Amino acid sequence: MGDTLQMLLGRIDPYLLQIIVNIGIGIVLALGLNVITGLTGQLSLGHAAFMSIGAFTSALITIKLGLPFGVNLLITGAVSAAAGALIGYPILRLTGDYLAICTLGFAEIVKVIFLNLEITNKALGLSVPPPRSSIPLPIIVWLVVIIAVILVSFIHDSRFGRALKAIRGDEIAAEAMGINVVRYKVQSFAIGTFLAGVGGGLYAHFISYINPSDFGFLKSIDILGMVVLGGLGSIPGSIVGAAVLSAAPEFLRFMANYRMLVYGGLLVFMMIFRPNGLMGGINFTEIFLRALGRKPHMKTLTEKEKLP
Amino acid sequence: MTILKLENVTIRFGGLVAVNNVNLSMEKGSIHALIGPNGAGKSTIFNLITGIYRPTSGTISFLERPINGVPTHRIAGRGIGRTFQNIRLFKDLSVVDNVLIGAHTQGRWDLTGSLMKLTPWVKREEGELLELATSCLHMVDLAYRAFEPAGNLPYGDQRRLEIARALALKPQLLLLDEPAAGMNPQEKGTLMEMIRRIRDTGVTVFLVEHDMKFVMEISDRIAVLDYGEKIAEGIPHEVRNDPKVIEAYLGKSK
Ligand SMILES: Nc1ncnc2c1ncn2[C@@H]1O[C@H](COP(=O)(O)OP(=O)(O)OP(=O)(O)O)[C@@H](O)[C@H]1O
Ligand SMILES: [Mg+2]
Repeated sequence: MGDTLQMLLGRIDPYLLQIIVNIGIGIVLALGLNVITGLTGQLSLGHAAFMSIGAFTSALITIKLGLPFGVNLLITGAVSAAAGALIGYPILRLTGDYLAICTLGFAEIVKVIFLNLEITNKALGLSVPPPRSSIPLPIIVWLVVIIAVILVSFIHDSRFGRALKAIRGDEIAAEAMGINVVRYKVQSFAIGTFLAGVGGGLYAHFISYINPSDFGFLKSIDILGMVVLGGLGSIPGSIVGAAVLSAAPEFLRFMANYRMLVYGGLLVFMMIFRPNGLMGGINFTEIFLRALGRKPHMKTLTEKEKLP
Repeated sequence: MTILKLENVTIRFGGLVAVNNVNLSMEKGSIHALIGPNGAGKSTIFNLITGIYRPTSGTISFLERPINGVPTHRIAGRGIGRTFQNIRLFKDLSVVDNVLIGAHTQGRWDLTGSLMKLTPWVKREEGELLELATSCLHMVDLAYRAFEPAGNLPYGDQRRLEIARALALKPQLLLLDEPAAGMNPQEKGTLMEMIRRIRDTGVTVFLVEHDMKFVMEISDRIAVLDYGEKIAEGIPHEVRNDPKVIEAYLGKSK
């Protein structure tokens, strides 16, 4: 089966395929950050650091252990999540600017560590062999995207997700409702960093050469841009945001040096005209159900409410 | 049976003694009020009971177990629900989501539950929570607005929504910080009925309120606070005629 898939992919323009894969990886990264920043309201400026932890972990697993890629990605996610929880536990007690500064500092520390570690080949970076899998990488990336979208939307609409939204809204009120704010923040951070790690692992094997400097502050801002552009807390938003900002550099290649300038302008534009993001404030379930000629589940409830 | 007991409770903020050596005890199933001039320390007492502040000294016990030093979310889990003087709703979430968050302690499924969202066990729990939330909204006559963003409700409705949210944690003790503030006389009348109905379900109500008519009419007992000290306590009739209370409110007559 792997061969047939490979053959089919071979018929897609490689340049286009590269963009498609980049978008997929961007979606996984943005979804992760959206759980932390969009859903739970904790501003992280260090998402790329967890991506780098994932990238190097995943690369080393392939190089040293040669484990199957599926297992590799699970371990990679778990390692990043563990790092996320470990650093999250002390710093998530901070709020707002302080948290942002701490995540930023942590990201720099991670970069410096990788730049000096023997096992990750210091500043030279690592060459990553192809993943051990019969399924072609682009397909794996998009399978991961589908799984991530499903699981994150489950989280959004559940008791756990409501607790995260409560924390985003008002921490004191959340505590007063019996929500263990610190624990839920750490769990949310672990989910987000799990996805960052998996995204990093996919990235490492796709690019096949990784260097600690690829995962600096600008990369974190890149991912944050996807989340903000699409709309904080919106899953379709993260998808659109990741798609736009992953593809944009390709189309703006002629002005590569001004990329950050364009970004800045774009974000300011967004803040003014669509402060909730491109997709913010749109209820897709409702639109979908309306299109099917049905009203969302509120009907059952309102009927019951008419009873005395 | 004593549901809540404060013994020699004191809290200092720097040089300010906001609550000074206060003793209070409350019978199960009663409606108890706490009154006093602005800045007397009423909200601070609520924050002490719910663990948002820790007393500098003294003990607070709920159902005969000490709760000072216990984190806020655990105190809520033990059965103390509250509202806030400056409304603290989750404004961008729907009315029913607010109440579902209030029902947090009544659910079990966590992160694993989200990942197993489509299994019958998790679905059943979600159904139960939704039923509980709906019944709490009925208690305050807000079920018909279930799907509006909480921030869109008029002020009086927001106050009642906070009560519904607090009821969803199935409290044994309900703390209401100025529940009638900003309501018109008609709304206040309905609110009084609601609070009585809540009491009739077995919930003990402890409320802070500035509207004297409201307090005198609804309370079984009233405690009066002035400059952090309890200056009087008793049934409404006693408190109303207590010279110390009159002095605290109207100033010393010369
Ligand atoms: N966190 C805090 N830090 C410093 N001082 C505080 C704090 N919380 C309350 N205070 C002070 O404690 C005193 C009592 O405040 P509190 O809010 O309990 O009054 P209150 O009786 O609820 O008044 P009101 O009727 O105006 O609501 C006030 O002087 C207030 O400024
Ligand atoms: Mg007050």
